[in-house]
Amino acid sequence: MIILKNLTLSDGSVQDIRIDAGQIVEIGRIADSGTDCTDLIGLAGFVDPHTHLREPGFEASETVLSGSRAAAAGGYTAICAMANTEPVADNSLVIERVYDLGMEAGLCFVQPIGAVTKGLKGLELANIQDMSSSRAKVAMFSDDGMCVHDENLMRQALVEVKKFGGVVAQHAQDPSLTVGAQMNQGAVATELGLTGWPAIAEEQIIARDAQLAQETGARLHICHLTTGGGVEVVRWAKAKGIQITAEVTPHHLLLTEDLVRSYDPVYKVNPPLRTADDNKALLAGLMDGTIDMLGTDHAPHSGEKKDCEWENAAFGMLGLESAASILHQVLIQSGAGDWKLFEEIISKRPAKLAGLDNHGLIKVGVQANITVFNPHERIGVAEMNQSKSSNNPYLGLEFVGRVQHTIYQGQFTMIDQSVRDQK
Amino acid sequence: MKHLISIRDLTRDSAVALLDSAQQLSQVNQRTVKSLPALRGKTVVNLFYENSTRTRISFEIAAKRLSADVINFDAQASSASKGESLKDTAQTLEALGAAAIIVRHPMSGAAHALANRGWVSASIINAGDGRHEHPTQALLDALTIRQLKLSGSDLTGVKVLIVGDLEHSRVARSNILLLSLLGAAVSVAGPAELVPEGIAAMGAKVYKSFDEALAEQPDVVMMLRVQLERMLKNEAFTTRDYVKNWSLDQTRLGQLGKETVIMHPGPINRGLEISNQAANDPRSAVLRQVENGLAVRMAVLHRVLSGEVTN
Repeated sequence: MIILKNLTLSDGSVQDIRIDAGQIVEIGRIADSGTDCTDLIGLAGFVDPHTHLREPGFEASETVLSGSRAAAAGGYTAICAMANTEPVADNSLVIERVYDLGMEAGLCFVQPIGAVTKGLKGLELANIQDMSSSRAKVAMFSDDGMCVHDENLMRQALVEVKKFGGVVAQHAQDPSLTVGAQMNQGAVATELGLTGWPAIAEEQIIARDAQLAQETGARLHICHLTTGGGVEVVRWAKAKGIQITAEVTPHHLLLTEDLVRSYDPVYKVNPPLRTADDNKALLAGLMDGTIDMLGTDHAPHSGEKKDCEWENAAFGMLGLESAASILHQVLIQSGAGDWKLFEEIISKRPAKLAGLDNHGLIKVGVQANITVFNPHERIGVAEMNQSKSSNNPYLGLEFVGRVQHTIYQGQFTMIDQSVRDQK
Repeated sequence: MKHLISIRDLTRDSAVALLDSAQQLSQVNQRTVKSLPALRGKTVVNLFYENSTRTRISFEIAAKRLSADVINFDAQASSASKGESLKDTAQTLEALGAAAIIVRHPMSGAAHALANRGWVSASIINAGDGRHEHPTQALLDALTIRQLKLSGSDLTGVKVLIVGDLEHSRVARSNILLLSLLGAAVSVAGPAELVPEGIAAMGAKVYKSFDEALAEQPDVVMMLRVQLERMLKNEAFTTRDYVKNWSLDQTRLGQLGKETVIMHPGPINRGLEISNQAANDPRSAVLRQVENGLAVRMAVLHRVLSGEVTN
């Protein structure tokens, strides 16, 4: 049994919470003693709609276990694992393998995401029904890393997921406009001599897919929105009543393309870091509900994939262990938003997106998935060390606010800032 | 100055000092005994991942005139083609005693990575990285312009026009940065699809037509080489249109002032970006550019390896 004392919830109320047999059994004032949480914020356990775990296939970069540790350290009680493993998660065999590895690790709920097309090749649909009816009950499908760029295939995928209320999560990147793209297109790319990735390549895929979602009546999710123009397109689609949701990554809220001047591949990510104006537009989109949630796009890469020339380096950066601290900085410290919005963005809405009924809420009678956030203490990159990889772009930065405890299925997976492996 | 990667590494004063040093060293090249003992006992490696004859030879002769030992490492024909990384190759060369590595690489930022990522402690000189920069070319161009147009130390008041494929040109990027740093008024002109977004932010006025730009009476017209190997992949490119609109042909040659300097970084595509007559014109400074390349590279090598300015 766990009792959390004097926890401040997102509605501002201060409560004690009793957890027993994996469930929240009591919320209110509890006479018994327990873990003191005075001045700490209690939130529904964080849910990441967008994680790369690298297992099977690239275990030198990350495994389900190491990624789950990073998740627990970051306050996550559920993560959605992208399909770009080797073999690709485009069938129930691989899906259930990842699901079981997640259960074995026991540090958070690992929800596999199914590939939309076989082998992520964008040529023919994967067996979506098969993955949906697997033990992992996949609801979200994505070719992330690759865009489902063929209109007809995208339309077929939407029709397919609609049958069971699923969702297609699109990596919006027109491949023909981004051949060899290395960074945001513009003056910095021109000076650095790197091939540009134009905003239009993202915006027009979102616009096209929004129209396909409208026509099919299916649910569409946009992964890692990066451009002010993309925010406008999603805003337009929502105004039309299209079933569209969107996520933004912590790094696209905080970092800009100017970091690429260092040619350090730790800043190489797809879609690329953009401008300060885009950062602002993304935050504004988050504030007005155009962007629904935070997705880390946690993308571990082993050392040699980054310790090389920029153009030879892999795309991607770590995110699970820093996400909440960054959201705290851009949303709470800046005064832009409150804890209620914070909880919506990092827990409730992504839980709903992925169909995770046990996540995203704190109330009596539900599975106890709770994150206790400490808004006062600092954290630096050196302490973000659970991932097998170290491609962390926040080197030299320190954030105010960090996860204090993580409770998954009624057990501490992180206690007093220290990850606790499960049996 | 430990490395020379980008013109951004230079201040106006340090650039002028390099030009002064090169000017002085150029006299060595006129002597019967064309060498100085400055870098005796030091090993300099030419690490070239792209074909280049003139730049590699220029660096090689420059290093030899300063009495350094020179090793030419043709990365295309060696371990790099077996998959060895730039990092491992550079560390191997340093273990063999290289004090300076002169690197040419098809990827933008390769020289920057060698200088800044802690792989090696040798001095790094950028001999051209992708589309990013070619700083010694810009320095030799600046020296050439200074010799022909001015008696002062910098290039204040000189109007320079750079014409052609700006998109793929590291020569253009380094020149825009350096010439404007030295006070020149730099303008550029090229076909719309070869003028990269935001190039004006580097310090150049952008013209949409060669003729319009020529009407401003530039003091220097610098023609860029058409990178045919890239152009042929561009479906919109035709030689005929390019020659018509962007070549320094007979007609445009006639519009240049008597003192206008014609420059080209070489190798020249005669009849494409520049006509045969223009290339042979007495106003052409192409061979002077080559000579100055030697002096500038001596100055740069001396600066990075001895930590001193020679004047």
